Formats: sequence, C-alpha cells, structure tokens
Amino acid sequence: MALDDQKPSGFKFVGTSPDRPDGLDKVTGRARFGADAYAPGMLHGAVVRSPHAHARIVRIDTSKAEALEGVKAVVTRADFVDGLQGEFGFVLENVMAGEKALYDGHAVAAVAASSQLIARDAVKLVEVEYEVLPHVTDVDAAMAENAPVLNDSYADASVPAGHHPNVVRYHDSGHGDVDAGFAEADLVIEDSFKTEATHQGYIEPHACLASLGGDGKGELWCTTQGHWIAQKTCAALVGIDTSQLRVTASEIGGGFGGKTTVFIEPVALALSRKANRPVKIVMTRSEVFRATGPTSSTSMDIKIGMKKDGTITAAQGIFRLQGGAFPGAPMEFSAMCAFAPYSLTNVHQVGYDVISNRPKQAAYRAPGAPMASFAVESVIDELCSQLDLDPIDVRLKNASREGTKASYGPKFERIGLVETLEAAKAHPHYSAPLEPGQGRGISCGFWFNHGGETSVSLALSEDGTCQISVGTPDIGGSRASMALMAAEELGIPYENIRVTIADTATLGYNDVSHGSRVTYASGLATIKAAKDAVGKLCKRAAAKWGIPEDAVYWEDGCAKPSGANAGNFDPMPLAKITKSMGRSGGPISGHFEATPEGAGVSFGTHIVDAEVDPETGKTAVVRYTVIQDAGKAIHPSYVEGQFQGGAAQGIGWALNEEYIYGEDGRLQNSIFLDYRVPVASDLPMIDTVIVEVPNPGHPYGVRGVGETGIVPPLAAIANAVSAAAGVRLRHLPMSPPRILRALKDKG
Amino acid sequence: MKKIHVTTTVNNDNVEFLCDPRETLLDVLRDRLNLTGAKEGCGTGDCGACSVTVDGRLVCSCLVLGAEAEGKKIATVEGIAKGEELHPLQHKFIEYAALQCGICTPGILVAAKSLLEKNPDPTETEVRYWLAGNLCRCTGYDKIIRAVMDTAADMREAS
Amino acid sequence: MVKVHLWSGLRTLTGGLECVEVEASTTGQLLAALSLSYPELEPVIESGVSIAIDGRIIATSLTEPVSAENEIFLMQRLKGG
Repeated sequence: MALDDQKPSGFKFVGTSPDRPDGLDKVTGRARFGADAYAPGMLHGAVVRSPHAHARIVRIDTSKAEALEGVKAVVTRADFVDGLQGEFGFVLENVMAGEKALYDGHAVAAVAASSQLIARDAVKLVEVEYEVLPHVTDVDAAMAENAPVLNDSYADASVPAGHHPNVVRYHDSGHGDVDAGFAEADLVIEDSFKTEATHQGYIEPHACLASLGGDGKGELWCTTQGHWIAQKTCAALVGIDTSQLRVTASEIGGGFGGKTTVFIEPVALALSRKANRPVKIVMTRSEVFRATGPTSSTSMDIKIGMKKDGTITAAQGIFRLQGGAFPGAPMEFSAMCAFAPYSLTNVHQVGYDVISNRPKQAAYRAPGAPMASFAVESVIDELCSQLDLDPIDVRLKNASREGTKASYGPKFERIGLVETLEAAKAHPHYSAPLEPGQGRGISCGFWFNHGGETSVSLALSEDGTCQISVGTPDIGGSRASMALMAAEELGIPYENIRVTIADTATLGYNDVSHGSRVTYASGLATIKAAKDAVGKLCKRAAAKWGIPEDAVYWEDGCAKPSGANAGNFDPMPLAKITKSMGRSGGPISGHFEATPEGAGVSFGTHIVDAEVDPETGKTAVVRYTVIQDAGKAIHPSYVEGQFQGGAAQGIGWALNEEYIYGEDGRLQNSIFLDYRVPVASDLPMIDTVIVEVPNPGHPYGVRGVGETGIVPPLAAIANAVSAAAGVRLRHLPMSPPRILRALKDKG
Repeated sequence: MKKIHVTTTVNNDNVEFLCDPRETLLDVLRDRLNLTGAKEGCGTGDCGACSVTVDGRLVCSCLVLGAEAEGKKIATVEGIAKGEELHPLQHKFIEYAALQCGICTPGILVAAKSLLEKNPDPTETEVRYWLAGNLCRCTGYDKIIRAVMDTAADMREAS
Repeated sequence: MVKVHLWSGLRTLTGGLECVEVEASTTGQLLAALSLSYPELEPVIESGVSIAIDGRIIATSLTEPVSAENEIFLMQRLKGG
C-alpha cells in the first residue's frame, strides 16, 4: 500500500479509549466462553493420557470402559483418518498417539459418557499396555550422540550431515565476516545461556462442544484463536469436507499463541460421530500443562565484539530449541530476531530445531524471540558494563534505522527503534536513583508482526447503524478497535456500530488471531469494507441528486457534492440514505477480502529495577517501564494493556515459570500452585510510553502491538538482577535457588 | 452413586438441586443451576476464577462441595449488578480497560467487592495481596488495581 | 532477471551460491523459477517461505510484483503467537 493512501492526521474517533462493546457481558458473567456451552443430549468427554515420556503402545483394551454404565463411545487413533502427511500428520499424532506415546500426557484414547464423573471413571478403566522406551527431555541431551531416537524420519533436508536424528531442522543466516569483525574488537565476550520451557498460561483451559453426524456434517463450538484453522484441521483429521464443519469461536479466555492449533476438538468430533450425540470436552489445568503448547526450552551460545567507543564489530549466535516431540520449534525466529535491533556489518546466526519427549511446542507471543533477546542483550549489557559505557547510548550508537541492512537480510523500512531508545533515555525512570540492593536493566526487542488472510463484511441498517462481521476472535478488546476504525470512515458514532466475531459459515477464510495481526489486518479490512460501503452511499446520493457519482464525496457521515459545479445540495446523512436503501437499489454493505502484506515490524525498549534478597534469593521487580512503537494506537488503553501484559508474562518467564521434568520424564509441576505465574502482589504498576512511528503498510499507520512487549523483559530483568546481585545470571528462570547458587558461586 | 438433595440460596433466590457427593459447588453452579459466570481455571483453588462468597466469605467454589451449600447463602458474579444497575466496580472495570480476555473478571469482581465490603479504604498493597489469589494472565494487574482503588475512592465519597 | 538473496543455510542447495538470478515478475513466478533452476530448493519453498521486497516482508502472497530494481530476500515463513 502506498503512503499516499494513508490518512495523515485529524482523527475523530481513532486514538480515543471508549468502553469496549463487550464490556457489560464480561463484567456480569454473561459472556460465553469455551466451557459455557451446553446442548440437548450432550455427553461429556475425557481423555486417556500416557503416564510415560516415551513408550510403544502395545495394546489398548477399551472393553471395561465401554461396559461402564453411561459410557457411550470410546475412540482411539483408529477412529481418525489414516495416512495424513505434513503438518496435519503431526497435529493428528499429537492429538491422538499412534504407535508410540511421545511425552507424559500424550493422548492415547478418549471416552464419552453421560456425565463428567462417569467419563473420568471410564478413563481409568481403559487398559493400555506400554513398552517403556528410553526418553530425553533436555535440548542439549537430545542432540547428544547417544540420545534416544524419537523418530528417525522427521529431519528435513536443511540439516547438515552428522547430526543426531533428533535435530530435525537447521537455520543458518547472516552476512559479512564475523572472524574479521571479532579481530577488530577491543573486547569480545562469549557466553552460554539456557532458558526453560514456559506455558502461555491462559486462565481458560481448552474447551469445546462438538456435534458430528454420520452424514459428515458437523458443528463445533470452541475456544480458539482461529476457527477457520480449527475447521480445516478438524475436518482433515476426522475425514469430512471442510465446508461441512461449521465452527463458532466462543469468547476466548486468553491464548497468547497457545490456541492457534487443535487438541481436544477433533477428539470431541470423533466421539460425537461414534455416539451420535453432542460431546463436550473441557481440559483440566493439569492436562493443559501436560499436553498443550509450552514454549521451547533453549540452549544458546552468543559471541559479540565491541570497540571501546561502543561500536559492535561482529555478532554471532547459536540457538538450540527443543520443541517437544514434533518439528516446529521456532529457532529461525530466534535467529532472525536476535540481532535485529542492531546495524551489524558482520553477523552470523545458526538455529537448531530439536525434538524431545515433551509436548509439541505451540506459539507463545513472538515465538522464539524472547529467549534469543535474553541471551544477546545480556552479552551487550556485560560489554557495556566492562567497557563502562551507558547501555542506552551503546544501543543508540548501533541501532537499526530506516535503510539499515537487517541481521536477517533485507533493509528496514521506516522503523521506530531509535524513538523508543530516545524516549527511554528521556524517561524519569532511567535517571531515578536506585536504593541499595537494587539494579537497573534495559533491553531492546524486536518482532516481525504478521498480516494473513482476512475477510470482513459490513452491513448498514435502515436506521443508519452498522454491523460488522470479522473473523478474528477478540482476545484483548479488538472489537473496540474495529468499531473505532469503522466510525472514523463512516463518520457515525462509535456506539452505533456493533462488531461480531462471525462463524466459519458466514464469512470467508480468516487467519488466526496471532502474529499481532488483528488490529493491523482486520483493521485494514474493516477500513476497506467501510470505504466500499461509503462508495455505495455516495452513489445513491449522486443518483438522488442526479449528478455524476464522482461529483460526490463523503465527510462527517454525510454525502456532499464535491463543489459548486456539482450542484448546490444539502449534505445527505448516512441514515437518510439507508432509510430508503431497499427502494433505491437494495441493501448497502461493504466487503473486503485480502491477505495484506505490510504488517510492519516493531521494536520496544524496556527499563526495569529489581531488588534481590541475598538471604532468600527472591527477586522483587520494583519499577517497570515499557516503551514501544505502536505505529498508531487505535484504542490507547488496550495498547497499554498489551504492553503491560507482555511485560508481566516476561517477568514470570524471567523469574519463576518453568517446566520441571523428573528423571522419569514426567512433568512435576502441572498445577498453578507449582507452576507459578505472577500474581498481583508480585508486580508493581507497569508504566507505558506509546511511541507512534507510522507503518507505511496500514492506512492509519498501525503496527501490531501484541507480541513485541514480551521480547525485552527477559533480558531487561536479567540485566537488572545481575546488576543487583553482582553476578551474571545466564539461566532462566532466575528462581530463588538459581540466584542463591549464583551468589554462592560468586563467593 | 446416590445423589444428595440440597436446599440453598443463590443470589437471594431459593434453589434446590440434586448433586453427586463428589460434585463441587462450582460444578453445581455451572452445570445444574446454569450460572456459568464462575469459571474453572484450575480446579485446585490456585487461580480464583471460580470465586464466590458463601455466607459472605470469599471462597474458591472449586474447593467447596455442592453438598456443603445446604442452608448457606451463596453469592456469585451474576448477583453483583442490581437489575439494570451495574455495581461501581463493574463500571470502573469497563472504563479502565481492566480486562482483556475477561475470563478472570468474574472472580476478580467477586473478590474485589468482598474486599471493599471489609475495607473501604485499602492501600495498593492491600489490594494486591487481597487479589493475589486471582490470576490474570492478560493485564499485568495494573489497570485492575487502579480500577479497584478508584472505585473505593468513589464509594467512600458517595457514602 | 531479478536477483534473489538466499539465507546462508541454503547455499548447500544452490551449489554454494547465496545470491541467484531468475526470470520473474511476481513473487509466485520467482518461487517457481527458483524451484526450476535449483530443484533442491523446492522442498524448502514448499514447506513455506516469505519474501522481502525492499524491506517489506511478503509473508505468503504469490502475486506481489518484483523487478530487477528491487532488493529481494528469501526468508523463512513468518508466523506469530
């Protein structure tokens, strides 16, 4: 999209923060989430899961479960499509194990019964005979020569010869000559880092209600970030035509990337088909932890050279990501995002995608980027500290700008990194005095953002109000943003617009609510759909006035003649045109379908103060500031909310959250008591600064804001904790035992 | 298993139900009484999404058995608004954008209301510790805390 | 002819070349031409790639125009969380 298509300024609605359209439903308990649906004749499903990290499934005997009164169906892998290849094949293998159980919690069978309690009883009656196999859950161990092999056919052609079959994909990119660059440096630091797997931790467990008949026609209600991907995937897994499955997205209780795929949905459909009744499945929290989307755990080596004046001469990173039992760990994003904030002549990054006996990783907010940023920004912090340089000055000196050749290859378009760094330097937080025992850390972060397939439909009503159907589930207030953008184009009040998340039967394909794409892509499509409707409104006015169509323009909610030559007519308001639309050419609606390709990358800079208790090793985050480029904030309150939420999740990742596996390969902390996400008393207020450097790829300049906010916190907190503790922390999370060990080792 | 007959009060309505001895109060509210405002986020009392009050005491309804509701007064998120009129906390949560996905909101509102009834003038720290049993994964709590503090201030002024 | 910069990991599939030239006027033609000239790239392209044109990242579209004046980079397919 060309810049001249952009609205320069003078917004009337955009940039204000009105009440969200679904606010009342959400504060009264009326909003219907995944588990809030019921159907006549409904059965309850429950899943049988492997207690072993790696085991051959010798035999499954379902007869005792089937004999239990109230049990209506039992399914195993045999009830799904055979021979699926590619990503659908991996998803099916993850949804229901075939020959082998590949991790603790892997589904091996499922039952449907007349009550939840009976279904759970029946699960215990399904007899599964396992031949337990050696397992591996650590990324470095999984790459080692004698590591157990999970599957010797997963590695693709990118993997160089000589690697263990658990290394399934390989990435190598960069430019310049890093060895020559390191030779130019006054100081070179090389360090290794590890991060543990975390979970997206959405408070709403996966839930669905499925109905599928023997005629291959089905209905599915589920909590998902993308109901079209659910439709496509479920249809493939249970062997029906995509269009015969209608999927409705419930209100979604958080996703963060973890609800971009399916788990129980195809299982509920298979059970429903077999029982010929609707089946509802709701995961327990323990199932969510054991069997759904954690992040990768990582092992990383970083080497960076710097001159005394702060110039980075070369940078190199090796990123090993364990992504569970299937290919797909986002190591290429770790590699491509790691050094993106910096203008580098010599840079080299390598990534390894490694499989292990853990659940299949799922996307989590800027997948792959936070870990890489932690390692890289820690080394830069150490260089600044040893060379006695200001960490913001050094970052400004090396910052990527418009025209900089990115570490991942192409030149940057207009970007806002420098603006975030300058805002950080000017922020009172950066110059505020620290108390004894406290340390301050800063970090930059980068994320690509995404466009994706998008359809929006907009219809005007006779009374001059407007209804909009979008296909991207509203996770954080996006209905408000869509209504603001439509109000801006149509010139009618925000309150006169209702935005609905349409089901798969009523709108064309929409990509998932991921990649920070909703306000960008659905917003762009909403603007274009509104423009489409405005064109039709102008045409009706022109016909009424008897003047040419192009002699009419739209302003402030009215059609107006474009000048004295066009004729002298009073402005015609939208409601006046719609009142008689049925008799003047038919209903007026607007549509837009496209895959917009101009998401615009985004940068942020975070400042954090941390205090470490040397006796207990506990860290308190005492002050936090997020500065991020939003391009253009449509609804500033919800932009701030995205910044604050990203920071809070990053704080959890940095300090507490981790998947802990025992020697037996079983997950040891599968409830919220033991997997500790930040609670209200753990956090300070989180200050925000919205920087607006317009994205040339959006009519209003919007850049996605959802993901970038989780990229800087890991490093910013590690830098603050390292300063406070007087020792560099290289392993996340920096839980009290790890900090105490580091303090002890320091002596 | 033989079901138990329970007579209780929910949001000032007299209700009766039959439940399995193993069913929780949360199961009963959601599956038998069609009150799905309370959410199950964990089932182990760690997330607070199922918060309700029993005889005025804030509890996780996933840790209370349905049968224990006998003779008690239960209050849920559905009872916070009086008819059309929202509670000041509900207004402020919308105004402050104190929710993103909204799954934790019912539990947080029940908990916050319970706090303000006990302590009309809480400090930020007191609000944070009172709500420490209610997980929110979207907001980082900032806007939630501000909404509760500001509601408390408004309610003090109005009283 | 348009010049296409590859990420360095693809060198082994192009006989050591990190920048190749193909005849194409759209992103779709570009990918087809790459697969034709360098058959070993085909599985990589099939599994999903994005293309940066003068810094603007084209995640999936096959219809974006490309010309000899553009700076073109092949990238691994972008997705989000």
